Amino acid sequence: MVRHYLDFERPLMELEREYEELQRFAPRDDPRVQTRLKKLQRRLAKLRQDIYSQLTPWQRTQLSRHIDRPHTLDYIQLVFEDFIELHGDRRFMDDPAMVGGIARLDGETVIVVGHQKGRDVKEMSFRNFGMPHPEGYRKALRIMELGARFKKPIITMIDTPGAYPGVGAEERGQSEAIAHNLREMATFPVPIVVVVIGEGGSGGALAIGVGDRILMMENAIYSVISPEGCAAILWRDGTKGPLAAEALKLTAMDLLKLGVIDEVIPEPLGGAHRDWQGAASNFKEAVLRHLGELRDVPEQRLLLERYHRFRRIGAFTQEWGDDLAG
Amino acid sequence: MAWFKKREPAAQEVKAVDALWSKCNVCNEIIYKKELERNLNVCPKCGYHFPISAQKRIAIVADDGSFRELDRDLAPVDPIHFRDTKRYLERLKEAQKKTGLKDAFITGKGNIQGSPVMIGVFDFSFLGGSLGSVVGEKIARMVEKAMEERVGVIIFSSSGGARMQEGILSLMQMAKTTAALSLLRRERLPYISVLTDPTTGGVTASFGMLGDVIMAEPGALIGFAGPRVIKETIKTDLPPGFQRAEYLLKHGMIDLIVERRKLKGVLGRLLGLFYH
Ligand SMILES: [Zn+2]
Repeated sequence: MVRHYLDFERPLMELEREYEELQRFAPRDDPRVQTRLKKLQRRLAKLRQDIYSQLTPWQRTQLSRHIDRPHTLDYIQLVFEDFIELHGDRRFMDDPAMVGGIARLDGETVIVVGHQKGRDVKEMSFRNFGMPHPEGYRKALRIMELGARFKKPIITMIDTPGAYPGVGAEERGQSEAIAHNLREMATFPVPIVVVVIGEGGSGGALAIGVGDRILMMENAIYSVISPEGCAAILWRDGTKGPLAAEALKLTAMDLLKLGVIDEVIPEPLGGAHRDWQGAASNFKEAVLRHLGELRDVPEQRLLLERYHRFRRIGAFTQEWGDDLAG
Repeated sequence: MAWFKKREPAAQEVKAVDALWSKCNVCNEIIYKKELERNLNVCPKCGYHFPISAQKRIAIVADDGSFRELDRDLAPVDPIHFRDTKRYLERLKEAQKKTGLKDAFITGKGNIQGSPVMIGVFDFSFLGGSLGSVVGEKIARMVEKAMEERVGVIIFSSSGGARMQEGILSLMQMAKTTAALSLLRRERLPYISVLTDPTTGGVTASFGMLGDVIMAEPGALIGFAGPRVIKETIKTDLPPGFQRAEYLLKHGMIDLIVERRKLKGVLGRLLGLFYH
């Protein structure tokens, strides 16, 4: 079932393998097998509890990038119906690091866009590791504009290490593409629900992250810079990622406390990669609930509240008040 | 530290020279500081535009005595108790001492050749002009004030991007400032973005690239990712002139390049054209 184990998950590997093999190959009616299975189950439950209930920010970072984690297209398949993928920015190319289209969610037509990572070497490279070029952001914008025009709610899924840093990306306006999306998403007169499903890497994540609700999967991260990048700059040592992950306050719980996100969507014990169906059903329940709350909000109020949702973020002091003296 | 003691006189000597002379980053010319300042901190030999303080920028573009600073006492805090090799609070204190500023951005209302406008200016010498909560709040307030007073907005950027030490709150300033600009746009008030050396990261990827008119100083480095990161990623040399103002102009990313000594005139004319 689980194919890849992270270093801190290793203790589970042997027990899980033994459990699976027994279940698959041992005679079911043998009482000794049944006893062994029960015992293994208890030990596994305890071990999982021990490992996953006290994850460090760095371990969460690793989980958020876990290769077996459900990606945008997986959630689309598990949660939505009738999905039709739309392609291309109508300017230059189709960017496979960003996907999007039109679908149904619980019967209602919605617009859905998200970063897309790959799972094997070939797909990872095809998807550019989920790092969009400007065309990806422009495609996302074009598809989201359909939502604005046809009054369909928009759901976005964030899962990227960041926008791609390359020559062509710069030449064709990576900054402009991201900036443009930020501004336009602030003005779409339809509900927008953003879900950080994996890795929320900096401006390249935020570029599809302006909305009325921002939700995060329990083991997702969202950060101004990758822990490794931060470590390389501030510690002058890229291997200090675990320290930087701690310092940056990038876990879902941290962001909830900071008032940046609205809700943490629980993942099945051990993380979304261990139970896609469970993760998807929690995702669906949360997104539907928030869309329900937003459905009847009048357009003007929706936009005003979206404005203030971001307007109020920030921490500072001001001792003397406004000193515009004449 | 014996070696330090031995070298101390030499260090003082260098300091004395530093106080009087500057070296051009581009052509290596040693320039008399007074002359450099008279020339608006532009190298008289090669035309390189040295970074300048926010105060100096305001003095160059605003009509004499017209600038009224806003929110001068807005000051940073340490919302995520950040510490790397040093505490964020310490870094802030050092930067405040060095620059005499509370944070990396000054805002206010002034006139440019008689046209009233809200002006915001980064100071790169304050933690690399990084975008944190104070900068974001000041921009949101200046844009809101511009709408109240029905005037345009000019932002002079020079920034390394979002401020890591305020974590996700810094990233969210990109959304906050661009949301404010979306309202200004709806109100049909002009926003002019002036990109100066260097402007990268979250500043370029938010209000930096959203000007109704985007101008840059000659030679300014402007980009999303820094050249070093790009080089490490693609593992080949970068094209000549890559991410410089001239390169962006050629690729259609900015409207015009304006020399510092002409900046006030161009901004004044542009505001006049938008206003009347
Ligand atoms: Zn020079």
